[in-house]
Amino acid sequence: MTDLCQSQRAMRHIRKAAMQRGVMAILDIGSAKIACLILRFDGPERLREVDGVGPMAGQSSFRVIGAHITRSRGVHFGEIAVMNETERAIRTAVQAAQKMANVRVDHAIACFSGAEPRSYGLAGEWDLQDSVVTEPDVARVLAACDVPDIGEGREVLHAQPVNFALDHRSGLGDPRGQIGNRLACDMHLLSVDAAVVQNLLYCIKRCDLELAGIASSAYASGISSLVEDEQELGAACVDLGGGSTGLSIFIKKHMIFADAVRMGGDHVTSDIAKGLQVPLTTAERIKTKHGGVLATGMDDREMIEIGCDSGDWDKDRRSVSRTELIGIMRPRVEEILEEVRDRLEAAGFDHLPSQQIVLTGGGSQIPGLDGLAARILGQRVRLGRPLRVQGLPQAVTGPAFSSAVGLCLFAAHPQDEWWDFDIPAERYPARSLKRALKWFRDNW
Amino acid sequence: MQPLTAPRRAAGSVRHRDPAPSKAAYRLQRLWLTPLFRALLRTGVPAFIVTFAVGSYLGDSDRRLALATSLADMRASVAQRPEFLVRMMAIDGASPALADAIRAVAAVALPQSSFDLDLAMMRARIVTLDAVAEAEVRVNPGGVLHVDITERVPALVWRTPGALELLDASGKRVARVLARADRADLPLIAGDGADQMAPEALRLLAAAQPLLPRLRGLVRIGARRWDLVLDRDQRILLPPENPVRALERIIALDQAQDLLARDIVAIDLRNQARPVLRLAPDALRALRRAGGIQTVENTL
Repeated sequence: MTDLCQSQRAMRHIRKAAMQRGVMAILDIGSAKIACLILRFDGPERLREVDGVGPMAGQSSFRVIGAHITRSRGVHFGEIAVMNETERAIRTAVQAAQKMANVRVDHAIACFSGAEPRSYGLAGEWDLQDSVVTEPDVARVLAACDVPDIGEGREVLHAQPVNFALDHRSGLGDPRGQIGNRLACDMHLLSVDAAVVQNLLYCIKRCDLELAGIASSAYASGISSLVEDEQELGAACVDLGGGSTGLSIFIKKHMIFADAVRMGGDHVTSDIAKGLQVPLTTAERIKTKHGGVLATGMDDREMIEIGCDSGDWDKDRRSVSRTELIGIMRPRVEEILEEVRDRLEAAGFDHLPSQQIVLTGGGSQIPGLDGLAARILGQRVRLGRPLRVQGLPQAVTGPAFSSAVGLCLFAAHPQDEWWDFDIPAERYPARSLKRALKWFRDNW
Repeated sequence: MQPLTAPRRAAGSVRHRDPAPSKAAYRLQRLWLTPLFRALLRTGVPAFIVTFAVGSYLGDSDRRLALATSLADMRASVAQRPEFLVRMMAIDGASPALADAIRAVAAVALPQSSFDLDLAMMRARIVTLDAVAEAEVRVNPGGVLHVDITERVPALVWRTPGALELLDASGKRVARVLARADRADLPLIAGDGADQMAPEALRLLAAAQPLLPRLRGLVRIGARRWDLVLDRDQRILLPPENPVRALERIIALDQAQDLLARDIVAIDLRNQARPVLRLAPDALRALRRAGGIQTVENTL
């Protein structure tokens, strides 16, 4: 853990260097597409007074100057399966985005959805030396959290303090400068498979980019698609991606749980391909063009031509009704949503004061999904779109890009993590000097 | 397992181009987007190429010589055209003697191309002549080198131990005269540093207008003050400050009491509060005798 802690700390320094240089790349490595956005940081938030928006998530401090999306290659379930294919896809996206921005980027922040994230809640306590909480005290209380056994070959992706308590006052956001005797903290720790992260690091390194940060895409899409009061009051964000479905639970503007279901839109596509006996590309086209999850009487009469070039006339001229298509898609979508519901239940989402669920990601564009999701997940379901950020092209504002936009916000205004606080070394020199002085005073 | 190397496509089949850039292309594009590299390539490389080409061409001394020769020939072929040839020199506003001096000083070998004439230098040489106050040198169309001269106007004659010089109103030397009689129309001054105070001398002479028939000249004493010398060796010793005023006083006295017609050797006005008359010896004796004072006199 210290090893990754060191590398995460190094990433924070690289991020600072990138902010000073003013240009940073955002890489969303998904199973369906790889998106690259290039951000330019204009220094202090200039627009704050003018537009009256306020510095909500730091989104007024940067501007998107380059964007490109390419089809993902070699990524399955949000994990890199074929490394050089993925490298090529990243190169494609980065090169085109650089061309659009007409600037060279050296630093990138990446997010990915796979690697079996697991959440842990940690708690730690610390008796304050003097009654005022200082930054070293915060570091000590974070260091005092007892780390659970996260398993062999796993690493910590996020370790964010979510709550501080001073004596009997809980719910403190920032305890520094407050007065008390005993500081306690709750920390959310997200562990992922180490090999997957190593693959990703290696892949990005081979594209000559320095990694300035790494995040879970469930977290990133939660940042961008949950509105401020949803984040404050408690909500779950379900990111229906291509290869995996990420879910994250936010309360008091902190992520307290994240998980991923290893199913997504690609499974729906492969179901269609198997059911209709068409190639995957055709299945993808049919899904995006005619797909749905709620059948009506009208759909029986709507016939979909299945274009195919097998050379067999009968096979190529087939057509199916939209009801049939929905009949293929719906069970898989239901399965995904039920799995999400099980994960949310396991996380104790029922005990949260607000039961808001926001669906985002490319899969949330299936017509009728909000009705189906309301039936499975509960009544308070809405479809979420990412926050608007400056300079983002119109084509990149859809719900499929919520994790990319969330990563922009993460880059501009990252949350404090465990490794942002330096654990102070005990001050032996000062004490020994004091002891030497005392010896002098006693003996001379 | 599938073979790891990509299958070779048959010739003639439609090749699906990989949309991904090759590693080299990717690196090249990133390099091209590097500002320093870009600046280097856009300015540094052309500058280097030009410098290298020119340098390698001029590295050979024969080529350099040939180039210099051809350039000189080209210039000469233009300069030697009759349109640019200066055939004669015209001097305006100078007396014949001065014109000869100017021709000697300018030392232009005519005919000459106007490209080879250094007019500024020529003008500087002409202006060194004392008699020239202002000179303008230009080449007029038709191949005429035109020199416009403003001569200095002599206003004073200055007697120095060795010679007689003519000075203009500002005290600059104009020329030398051999005898005072050559320029009897000009007033005479003498003494060290008299030329530097020529304007004051002129003012004094203007003030001394009533005494003009008797005036011999002005003498600068000790580079400090003036003596007005009249005939009969009469002198008026003027103070260093405000000599014109003192002179006007004397003239007023003269007009009222006919002072200067008397037997006086000098009138000393150096001390303004106490002007002193120096009488001629006979006049002094007569005065004393008239006052009943007997003096014992000897011939010594």
